[in-house]
Amino acid sequence: MKMAGRFLARLRNPNGSSMHWVAWVVLGVLLATMPWIIGASFGNTWLRILNFALLYVMLALGLNIVVGFAGLLDMGYIAFYAVGAYLWALLASPQFGLHWPLWAILPLGAAVAGLFGVLLGAPTLKLRGDYLAIVTLGFGEIIRIFLNNLNAPVNITNGPQGISAIDPVHFGSVSLARPIDLGFTTLPSLVAYYYLFLVAALLIIAIALRLESSRVGRAWAAIREDEVAAKACGINTRNVKLLAFAMGATFGGVAGGLFAGFQQFVSPESFGLLESVMVLCMVVLGGMGHIPGVILGALLLTLLPEFFRHIAAPLQQSLFGKVFVDPESLRMLLFGLALVLVMRYRPSGLWPSPQRRREIDDVLNTDAPADLPVNPT
Amino acid sequence: MDIFLQQIINGLVLGSIYALVALGYTMVYGILGLINFAHGEVVMVGALVAYSIMTALLPTGMPPVLLALLALLVAAPVCMGLAWAIERYAYRPLRHAPKLAPLISAIGVSILLQNLAMMIWGRSYHSFPDILPAITYDINGAHISLLQVVTIALAALTMAVLAWLIQRTSLGQAMRATAENPAIAELMGIPVNRIITLTFIIGAALAALAGLMVGANYSVAHYYMGFMLGLKAFTAAVLGGIGNITGAMLGGLLLGLIESLGAGYIADLTGGFLGSHYQDIFAFLVLIGVLVFRPGGLMGERVSERA
Repeated sequence: MKMAGRFLARLRNPNGSSMHWVAWVVLGVLLATMPWIIGASFGNTWLRILNFALLYVMLALGLNIVVGFAGLLDMGYIAFYAVGAYLWALLASPQFGLHWPLWAILPLGAAVAGLFGVLLGAPTLKLRGDYLAIVTLGFGEIIRIFLNNLNAPVNITNGPQGISAIDPVHFGSVSLARPIDLGFTTLPSLVAYYYLFLVAALLIIAIALRLESSRVGRAWAAIREDEVAAKACGINTRNVKLLAFAMGATFGGVAGGLFAGFQQFVSPESFGLLESVMVLCMVVLGGMGHIPGVILGALLLTLLPEFFRHIAAPLQQSLFGKVFVDPESLRMLLFGLALVLVMRYRPSGLWPSPQRRREIDDVLNTDAPADLPVNPT
Repeated sequence: MDIFLQQIINGLVLGSIYALVALGYTMVYGILGLINFAHGEVVMVGALVAYSIMTALLPTGMPPVLLALLALLVAAPVCMGLAWAIERYAYRPLRHAPKLAPLISAIGVSILLQNLAMMIWGRSYHSFPDILPAITYDINGAHISLLQVVTIALAALTMAVLAWLIQRTSLGQAMRATAENPAIAELMGIPVNRIITLTFIIGAALAALAGLMVGANYSVAHYYMGFMLGLKAFTAAVLGGIGNITGAMLGGLLLGLIESLGAGYIADLTGGFLGSHYQDIFAFLVLIGVLVFRPGGLMGERVSERA
């Protein structure tokens, strides 16, 4: 914990915008040793949770492109995750007897998810704000209902039972589902997945960072701030918006594929609306459009509820002698409460970009009487 | 032919419930421009409270109709109080915040209420006792039960009262003025905040009635029932033109008809490829279709360009 505190102090280094190289080294060592430390001290449960946290980082960064960069509120994002996961499940499982390798499925999954992104984007180009939110929400539900019901008359998705016995991630004959013998030591399966997910997450972070400062990234920001003005400046808003949907969906598709390979089982249950909401909350609570904030949001929202779930029952047991409240629903209860409270006291998110923070604080500190609603037109 | 008529009757029952819930969405949206995501959960709480009251009083041997009335008399104030609290603590502080903030806050309230309900009532489905005697009438081979007749009639009556309230009373005038322009309404001496609170409360009363109707007609109440119902009612509101009271009623009825006719005929239309378990898809297809081709809804003005 002390190490983490020191590291955070370095991050806050006030006189330099970029981190000191020592901080980078510390971060690198921390990320590389994390699975070993956690695996040794907390066991495999927490190692799995850590892996899921990395998957959620990828998802949140993907959604951040749509919501944070381009300002398009997408509430059906988990559908792309589902597309990626089911594509992997169908192409690498006994379901159709196909066993494609990773390097063929992942790009295909990314491409198909991207295509779905465009399919969703195309009819909704004219919509904004709440309306877009509801349409995307409906789209996500439609995908889930189809996954749930496409088992008859032709069995494609195996319905609510889902698809099991999916091939694990493997490179040639080396499968990540079994401990890997490195000669000097063996790599447990969960640790191997951790490194794979870490590499994927770092790649996605790198792409997101490059996108943000690219020509397209600036076009997204322009559309987010004022679509009409952006159009007047010569930005092809249609193509740029579609690109935002496609890019965001691609990230989701990759994360979905990795999820299917890791879990070796997919079912429609994993892709409900609550998951979409969860990812959206990661983006918004962390700080929309700010990549470090979004990563923080994803980590917090994956780790804190789990942490809470694991202490809630024992705590009640020791305080009152029995478990009053089911820890699972207590966890969701506090999650809902946290959403309301964070929006109430920090609507720009926990770690927003400095610019956005200023804008929102300006809006909230205007002299306009606080009891008058803003005119919607 | 009798199947067609039967689906129309089922659709009308479903549609009148959607319409009651949709009114709550549309009134709030008309004034605040806010999707009150937690409204479906208010319906759920109404249904579950009504269930508790009815099962608690069932051993007293009261006539079931009286029981239902008592249940409504308790459920409605509970829902109203809940809606008041939601508005006061989750929405009002966020009126100047960016658009996403109240939406996220509403989702938070929704999750909070669902899990509270799960803690109180558990995860199981609760079935309602029978409110009315099981009398069915026969129309051209289609069946309509007394309960269905009463549901449709009661919903129609409630909506008529609401329409009168909004068009003919000074409270309704104040509500319409606030929806038109809150700042000017305030200048004209209308207590805007109180009007907003009242709007939420009226919506909640309708929600309690709708909750009781869902419970009585489909004889189940469940902590998760509010979500899908809310989503569909919202669809109905959008279909009719959100912010438009008549539109919400019309949209609710239409959506109910589309759903039940769609579920009844989808198997024939697709040659058996898609079955009636795709019923839930229709609402979303209608929603997407309306927003893409006529974003203002059937009776609304053009609003899609609103940021």
